[in-house]
Amino acid sequence: MHSNFQTFRFAIIITLVCSLLLAAAATLLKPRQVENVKLDIKKNILKSAGITNPDTELTREDIQALYSKNIDECVIDHQGATVEGKTPSDIDPRANSGLMALYQWKEGDNIKAYIIPISGKGLWSTIYGYLAVEPDGETVRGITFYQHGETPGLGGEIEKKWFTDSFVGKKFINSEGKLVSVSIVRGKIKDKVPESEFYHNVDGISGATLTGRGVTKFLKENLKMYDSYFKVVRDAQKGAVNG
Amino acid sequence: MADQAVEVKKPKESMFSKKNLKALREPLSSNNPITFQVLGICSALAVTVQMRTALVMSLAVMFVLALSNVGISMLRKHIPSKIRIIVELAVIATLVILVDQILKAYLYDISKQLSVFVGLIITNCILMGRAEAFALQNKPWPSFLDGLGNALGYGWILMTIAVGREILGSGSFMGFKIIPESFYAAGYENMGLMVLAPGAFILLGLLVWVQRTITKTVHE
Repeated sequence: MHSNFQTFRFAIIITLVCSLLLAAAATLLKPRQVENVKLDIKKNILKSAGITNPDTELTREDIQALYSKNIDECVIDHQGATVEGKTPSDIDPRANSGLMALYQWKEGDNIKAYIIPISGKGLWSTIYGYLAVEPDGETVRGITFYQHGETPGLGGEIEKKWFTDSFVGKKFINSEGKLVSVSIVRGKIKDKVPESEFYHNVDGISGATLTGRGVTKFLKENLKMYDSYFKVVRDAQKGAVNG
Repeated sequence: MADQAVEVKKPKESMFSKKNLKALREPLSSNNPITFQVLGICSALAVTVQMRTALVMSLAVMFVLALSNVGISMLRKHIPSKIRIIVELAVIATLVILVDQILKAYLYDISKQLSVFVGLIITNCILMGRAEAFALQNKPWPSFLDGLGNALGYGWILMTIAVGREILGSGSFMGFKIIPESFYAAGYENMGLMVLAPGAFILLGLLVWVQRTITKTVHE
């Protein structure tokens, strides 16, 4: 029979051994894990704009190279003005600083797409993703969701290609120039909304109505924050066409 | 005590003796942790929507179960019986967190899909069950085989359910579409039920039935 002293001694030794082991593993693997998270973000920025094909496996180096070649990082404020000397990694997501990240896909001096981070509550979890916008400032070029805790097979389908592809070409601005966002309907759009509204709606996921509702809501909120920026973009476009 | 006496009498038991092989083989069918002991049902329902997650989950459980059995077996003469459950948990939890950290560093995409379920291996009854029922009374090598056997028994059930659910529910295998588009055009639809937990229950029930018919085991 073990005495109390032996019991305590054993408990202390096993705790020390386990915690040392875990501390060592966590410290050793930390840099790689942090890098994975950053790389995953870059991969999704590239994916949302359609720079990379989601089916091709890219090495870490490929992603880094493609990202630094194509993407310009910048920071804007609520009025849509660019804030100089800051990068998206300077923004503290918890502090409500009024600063927002914006990524531009540039080829030479031409902007080919604007990419904004989107996030908000789904059904079970906070969903994170990126939305790529065409240079016209009103058409969706692509969307990705890279982190969420929705039910696999139901709400989890938001990250699937068939769903994200349905956003491509949709417009979040109506003919009067007002922000209407893109909504996920319950069911199919051809049964639910008039044909004139097809541009602002996408098919829902069966069994995931609440996740869809969440995405619709936060997409609109996020787009509202960037509205003044995209208004400037749209006005500049119009000016260029008219002039 | 009886077990220990036997161990002393026959110190040179072969590594793959009948008794050891039984520890490895029995959990695969007649004493399967899922279909016979009905343990680990939660994860069997949760990670079997797709084949890939089921495979990685099985490997993770195999790693943790084999090593925790060895670890607990090596400590078995020193673990004070008053705190043995918490010691078993500490060993298991340490291994699970290790697996989770390694997955996050080297298989980031899959670790994202498995999300909380790797962490939940800690609460998988199979691990505590094997530690209590086997590793505490047996030497490290048989305990290793027992752990491996039970993990394989767990794994093949998981994989079988996942194959069924992925093909019927999503029309794919390991993420590749296998049901041709022409089927869908002809009116075939994926079985939405298979994606949900009830689908897994139905497949699992069928498996239990088949397995018990073959091995003729009946639960009292």
